[in-house]
Amino acid sequence: MINTILRNIIRFIVLVLVQVLVIKNIELGIFINPFIYVLFILLLPFETPKWMLLLIGLFLGLTIDMFYDTIGMHATACVFMSFLRPSVLNWFSPREGYEYGMHPTIQYLGIPWFLSYSAILVFSHHLILFFVEIFRFSETPSTLLRVLISSLFTLLLIVVSQFLFNRKKEEE
Amino acid sequence: MRNLFLFIWRNYFIFLFFILESLCIYLVVQNNYYQHASFLNSSNQFAASILETSANIKEYFYLKDVNEKLAKENAELRGKLFVSFALTTNNIRTINDTTYHQKYTFTSAKVVNNSTNRRNNYLTLDKGWKHGIKNNMAVFTSSGVVGQVKDVSENFCTVMSLLNSKTTISSKIKKDGSYGPLSWDEGDNFNTATLHDIPTHVRLAAGDTIVTSAYSLTFPENIMIGTVENFERKSGQYFYTVKVKLSTDFKKLSHVFVVNNMMKDEQEELEKKSESDTKNNQ
Repeated sequence: MINTILRNIIRFIVLVLVQVLVIKNIELGIFINPFIYVLFILLLPFETPKWMLLLIGLFLGLTIDMFYDTIGMHATACVFMSFLRPSVLNWFSPREGYEYGMHPTIQYLGIPWFLSYSAILVFSHHLILFFVEIFRFSETPSTLLRVLISSLFTLLLIVVSQFLFNRKKEEE
Repeated sequence: MRNLFLFIWRNYFIFLFFILESLCIYLVVQNNYYQHASFLNSSNQFAASILETSANIKEYFYLKDVNEKLAKENAELRGKLFVSFALTTNNIRTINDTTYHQKYTFTSAKVVNNSTNRRNNYLTLDKGWKHGIKNNMAVFTSSGVVGQVKDVSENFCTVMSLLNSKTTISSKIKKDGSYGPLSWDEGDNFNTATLHDIPTHVRLAAGDTIVTSAYSLTFPENIMIGTVENFERKSGQYFYTVKVKLSTDFKKLSHVFVVNNMMKDEQEELEKKSESDTKNNQ
């Protein structure tokens, strides 16, 4: 239990630092803005209470907002994503349900499951984020394009990082 | 009543979601409309110190560029020194000059955080109210306009970059003085902006210089913004929409100047007064 909490705290710090110190500085134009820090919400254990999920989302979002000077925007997107997570987990649950001790990773549930699970959540996060950022509907087509391309890049980074992370685990 | 509580308790997840989400939206909206110093931005000590360390490391990679630029600027300034003007006539009278007095003061600052790839971009500088920085001061570099100070803390300030959907800068075409608002619209990238409302009788050409106009309270007149890239007249409009190539390279910002308009308060007060007078007379 304590091990899980500690691991999540470390993951939180590492992902936030990677996001604000590395990815924020890689500027590939206004259409490609990956936000890999959402991986933290994706990887929270199945047993996380729902209310805690929302509060964690709020806290994560506000932390990122602090560095991006976008007060409230990432928080809005993260809270929305945390809100969707339990329902998405329900839709994709295996016939026997999730076993105790399982984690929502490629390692436990396979690539197709993980991709569809994270694609929906990442897309909804980016959708809310970019629309709250622009705060008007007049630029909808270009905003949607930004959402799509950025989501693809985030997914790519998430899957790659998952492979790196998992391999390490097997060696341990 | 008991049923109501039961209902809320059973659906606490949705209620909590709505409460938190409205809190977030409230923060966003409040930040959009009021320009007051908010606590949760990168000018607070914790975030700024992390970003400053990162900027310090990054700065080493640009040392050569910065040096070249400084050397060039030094040379330019040296050219303007009194000693570099040769005396061409003996007919010079010395005047104890009271006709000019200083209107602008400048503070140099270092960029510790910057972005160019979002719809609303901001910068963080390493100067705060301790160094005399106030809200709405103009920020520029030797190559052109950068933006406007948004929030100030003790040691840092955040700047709304020109690359922001909320930016408007009153600017003019240098050669004939026709002016219009410059903004960063949909479809602009990190080195272009759009100038609106230029009347069609103006003879524009690609390469014309765009500078800040005298009608802005924040920016001094004649600061370089960029050059005309192309222009078009949308059907049914009597104005040109001009695409401007910005002269500032927003990807390489490291040192900037912050401008303090010392007569701003005076002008603002006067304008407010005449505005309220007209209102009273109506």
